[in-house]
Amino acid sequence: MTPVLQAQGLVKAWGGNRAVDGVSFELAPGEMLALIGPNGAGKSTCFNMLNGQLRPDAGTVRLGGRDITGWAPRAIWRQGVGRTFQVTATFGSLTVLDNVRMALLSHARRLLGLWQPAAGLMTREAEELLERVGMADQADRPCGILAYGDLKRLELAMALANRPRLLLMDEPTAGMAPAGRLALMSQTAAIARAAGIAVLFTEHDMDVVFNHADRVLVLDRGRLVAGGAPAAVRANPLVRQIYLGGMAD
Amino acid sequence: MDLRNPSFRLGRRGLLTGTALGLAAPAMLRAQGTAPIRIGEINSYTAQPAFLGPYRNGWLLAQERVNAEGGIHGRPLETLFRDDAGRPEDAVRIAGELVASERVALLGGGYLSHVGLALGDFALQNKVLYVASEPLTDALVWSKGNHYTFRLRPSTYMQAAMLVEEAAKLPAKRWATIAPNYEYGQSAVRWFKELLAKARPDVEFVGEQFPALGRIDAGATVQALERLRPEGIFNVTFSTDLLNFVRQGNTRGLFENRVVASMLTGEPEYLEPLGEECPDGWIVTGYPRDALNNPVHIALRDAYRARFGELPRCGSIVGYDTALAIATMLRKVGSTDTEAMVAGFKGLRYQTGYGTGEVEFRALDHQATLGAFVGRTRLQGRTGVMVDWRYADGANYLPPDEQVRRWRPQPG
Amino acid sequence: MSRCGAGVRSRADPALDTLVIQALNGLASASSLFLVASGLTVIFGVSRIVNFAHGSFYMLGAYLAWTLVSHGPLAGLGGFWGFWGGILLAALAIGLIGALAEMTILRRIYRAPELFQLLATFALVLVVQDLVLLFWGPDDKFGPRAPLLRGAVEILGLRFPRYELFLIAIGPVMLGLLWLLFHRTRFGILLRAATQDREMVAALGVDQRLLFTGVFFLGSALAGLGGALQLPREAVTIHMDMAIIVQVFVVVVVGGLGSLPGAFLAALLISELHAFGILAFPRITLVLVFLVMAVVLVLRPHGLLGREPEGAPPASEAGQPLPGPAPRWLRGLGWAALALLLALPPFLGEYPLILLADFAALVLFAASLHFIMGPGGMASFGHAAYFGAGAYAAALLARHLAAPMEAGLIAAPFFAGLVGLAFGWFCVRLSGVYSAMLTLAFAQIAWSLAFQWIEVTGGDNGILGVWPSEWARGRLAFWYLSLALCGLGVWLLRRAIHAPFGMALRAQRDSPLRAEAIGIDAFRIRWLAFALAAAAAGVAGSLFAYGKGSVFPSSLDIPRSVDALLMVLLGGVQTLSGPVLGAIAYAGLQEQLARLTDLWRLVLGLVILALVLFFPSGLAGALQRRRGA
Ligand SMILES: Nc1ncnc2c1ncn2[C@@H]1O[C@H](COP(=O)(O)OP(=O)(O)O)[C@@H](O)[C@H]1O
Ligand SMILES: [Mg+2]
Repeated sequence: MTPVLQAQGLVKAWGGNRAVDGVSFELAPGEMLALIGPNGAGKSTCFNMLNGQLRPDAGTVRLGGRDITGWAPRAIWRQGVGRTFQVTATFGSLTVLDNVRMALLSHARRLLGLWQPAAGLMTREAEELLERVGMADQADRPCGILAYGDLKRLELAMALANRPRLLLMDEPTAGMAPAGRLALMSQTAAIARAAGIAVLFTEHDMDVVFNHADRVLVLDRGRLVAGGAPAAVRANPLVRQIYLGGMAD
Repeated sequence: MDLRNPSFRLGRRGLLTGTALGLAAPAMLRAQGTAPIRIGEINSYTAQPAFLGPYRNGWLLAQERVNAEGGIHGRPLETLFRDDAGRPEDAVRIAGELVASERVALLGGGYLSHVGLALGDFALQNKVLYVASEPLTDALVWSKGNHYTFRLRPSTYMQAAMLVEEAAKLPAKRWATIAPNYEYGQSAVRWFKELLAKARPDVEFVGEQFPALGRIDAGATVQALERLRPEGIFNVTFSTDLLNFVRQGNTRGLFENRVVASMLTGEPEYLEPLGEECPDGWIVTGYPRDALNNPVHIALRDAYRARFGELPRCGSIVGYDTALAIATMLRKVGSTDTEAMVAGFKGLRYQTGYGTGEVEFRALDHQATLGAFVGRTRLQGRTGVMVDWRYADGANYLPPDEQVRRWRPQPG
Repeated sequence: MSRCGAGVRSRADPALDTLVIQALNGLASASSLFLVASGLTVIFGVSRIVNFAHGSFYMLGAYLAWTLVSHGPLAGLGGFWGFWGGILLAALAIGLIGALAEMTILRRIYRAPELFQLLATFALVLVVQDLVLLFWGPDDKFGPRAPLLRGAVEILGLRFPRYELFLIAIGPVMLGLLWLLFHRTRFGILLRAATQDREMVAALGVDQRLLFTGVFFLGSALAGLGGALQLPREAVTIHMDMAIIVQVFVVVVVGGLGSLPGAFLAALLISELHAFGILAFPRITLVLVFLVMAVVLVLRPHGLLGREPEGAPPASEAGQPLPGPAPRWLRGLGWAALALLLALPPFLGEYPLILLADFAALVLFAASLHFIMGPGGMASFGHAAYFGAGAYAAALLARHLAAPMEAGLIAAPFFAGLVGLAFGWFCVRLSGVYSAMLTLAFAQIAWSLAFQWIEVTGGDNGILGVWPSEWARGRLAFWYLSLALCGLGVWLLRRAIHAPFGMALRAQRDSPLRAEAIGIDAFRIRWLAFALAAAAAGVAGSLFAYGKGSVFPSSLDIPRSVDALLMVLLGGVQTLSGPVLGAIAYAGLQEQLARLTDLWRLVLGLVILALVLFFPSGLAGALQRRRGA
């Protein structure tokens, strides 16, 4: 079976600083892959190249075998890639429901409508998505006043709107209480499993990582230094040294 | 030719009607009691205060005099002054207000040409009399002239023609021009070139400068003119642009050993701010206020000074004359009916505040024959004045009647 | 008549001496421009305030210096100290006035939405204009020549004023002094830090208020100095403020907001182009600066030396939720107002009908700008271009094809929309003030086309005789027509805001990042919104033209754009009723005040200041808050 995602020799440098330096990996359909590494390792930069926000200096990105390197984020999104951000990005002046509705309307290519009020469009689908992430009760709140964890959930709902085959989640639980983190990731995993969505996520909480990832990749200073099953990675002394050691402070 | 001259005949008839009405007037106006006759006056007071302040004073002086003499057959004149802030669309709106809400009998004013044209068109549409005082554009009475619009001041064409008469006597052959980049400046240059070339086929125009109005980059512009090595310079800039042009020109010696013919520069509004920078020997049109010592003007000057504590400027005379011409017309017509007033204005004669005699509003094109003074500038003490001046009667600086008829849309 | 100078052709190769002198002329102008621009760019860099009043400070500096040098006690000193003392004193005084304005007015509204401060500074412009007229009178003033620097020197056989040489030197010297200030003093280093990251400086525990007041003192003093130094060179006039402010904005933006070397470079570029442009194309000096700005911004969206703002795009703090459906009493009020507008007019006089029709056009004009400013988050300083495009579409059809009003009204939105598509394609790529200034550049280019293409547009004499068709010629009929079209326009815009398109517009404003990540083509949405707004403005413009019977280049000039901006800001950007209220309030105030007093600008300015201070979220915002309370 062709992998959902293939990254081949990705490189991105800022000035002389090679933030990502020759990263290659694959992601199978329905697989949950964790990308871990200390702050500044290059995880977000990696994500940004995968969803088209950054153009790699070298290397290719393939989606279902198709070369999508250098595509615009919105084109990659149309190929079925959902994304959440490390620092949440939602539409602050819209309600929770409208945020999701936006994603749905965009997916249905109905954004240029000038006549029908958006309020009557795709409400049921939006509510369904909110239901799936457990936000149904907050549908009518403006998202500018949401708690951080709820914003993360909202982002997940929006990322699911285009029935993705791949989710890119950059630190989906950052800024949440430990209990919330596990709950959110369980929810995500359940959704992904049910829909057969592959998930690539970064995470600092090792409990989350080892509970939910099928496989783990370790990034350090832009390079992949280890990878494999969670248990194997956890046991890897190099990882313990550069990563878990780094976490201690 | 004469038979195909409807406007001339109309004019004559209008004159006759006017006279007839004039005889019947006292009775008609008395019937309206002593309610004031209202005039709506629109001008760019906040945009051009330096010129329009004295203008309004002159107008008020004339109005006070008329009213002191018992008004128009017992009815005083009352003027509602409004500011259009230099915007034609505002002028049109205000005109609507004055006519519809304030029930003015006629409209007057206008300083900027495009505002004048907008008001002229308003007059045509709404069948209201409009007496343009200051706007200089030729279009106002010629290409865009209409039945309801009259104009007092000598137009761009007339002032250019006055200067051409002098310039043609000079030996200078290579001429350069400088004018503000809008209609007034462009047409002044066009007329000057055309008329001078006709009078002196041997002259050559070696270049032109068109700085944006009020934004002259004087140093660079002076240098650009210097480069052309002209023998004569025709200047149309005024106000701030003139001041900056003259200061840089003086410093850089642009005017040395060159003749300069300059529109309007002899008017006190432009000469006085120049102060000691006043250049020597420019041929200018203007108003030699302090040396114009005929009885009518002396009396006016004194009265103005007594009333406002300062000396009149050219704008004051324009304001005074406009109000006076309107009063003269009203006395003659004895009615505030628009058609009667229009008829009354055609061929109307009144005595200008310059004291140089009668001025006529031509029936042909509604242009008054008010003239201007042509002379030379000289620095006396700390300010410039006009010397060697003469009064150039406007009637002598207008194109032939057939020409005017061809330009002006003819009724029917 | 030939379009460009015959002289250019008569002398094939301009001699070297002329070129050198012309370059020097450009340098002198550049120095003057830089002095004023440096003040503006410093103020913007730290406070992010688009300070319209900067030109007023420049003008005040010149007037004050004139008084001090020729009439004050210093004038008694005469000579060297009398002159230079007066210049410096004037600059200091203007600095104090600027600081005062910051402390009493601007400080209170830093938290208001972006560009709102512009409203306050514009009010200051109005106030200063009338105060100057009151104190100094309307006549132009000529200052004395500078002691020791009178007269001229010979350069290559041509005379060049000494004072201009002095000015040439002062620009770089000032740049050097400012560099020292910003790199060698604590105050300057803090200012520089604040330019880059305001929050960071606040976190350092520096008193921001002091910093802001300081920067206003510095910036205003530079403006004052710039004005005062014009004394020996140019006449002091009541039009100086407007003459300089636009130029200075261009310099600051072309150079890159907040960048002093950028401002210097831009001043140099623009002045030299101007000086040489005079030789080659004496008639297009009007637009030259705007052409330069357009080219620079299209090629370098952040100016010559400007940097892209660091970090994530500004958070969506300005974005507020659209107000929900209005409460019943308010909707009732709206319907009642509409009923009145339909039923009352037959009993009104002609003039109220004229006014009502004017207001209708202005309301649609303001609403169209609001569409891109509010939901779209794109400010425009050149919205009059589309208003004027509509007006000219109608007028040109009437003039050249004798088309009736109906044809003009249909053509107007299409023509204006097309112009909007063309200009918008460039403008919506940029953000913030850069985008706004690019719209201004295009509007000025359009203006100069209307102004200079005399054969087609009639130049500044405009196009006359643009009157409505017979059936709409009566004031009452025309009012109903205006109400119908403008009502329809506003209603359609309102519908669009609530439709998916409007929501996408707000989405891309709130978070460009997220919008892209869910497949929204932000550029396309902004572009179409821009064109839509342009089309609506075009309808307003054509109606306005038919109401007045004539069209002039002023319909697309800067003051008209500023009107639209003020109406939207006054009403409040965040509500849909904002532009409606703002337009009526602004136009109504202006009309009423102009009839009451010659000093209407002063009063209008004070009223706007009061509104700004008491209703920082605009008139509609205030209403809404009352509703919420
Ligand atoms: N826009 C940028 N400009 C310059 N350097 C950047 C930029 N984005 C990230 N970096 C640098 O790249 C490196 C990797 O950053 P990032 O991918 O955010 O790491 P992580 O997400 O693993 O914490 C860091 O050293 C960071 O400073
Ligand atoms: Mg990261």
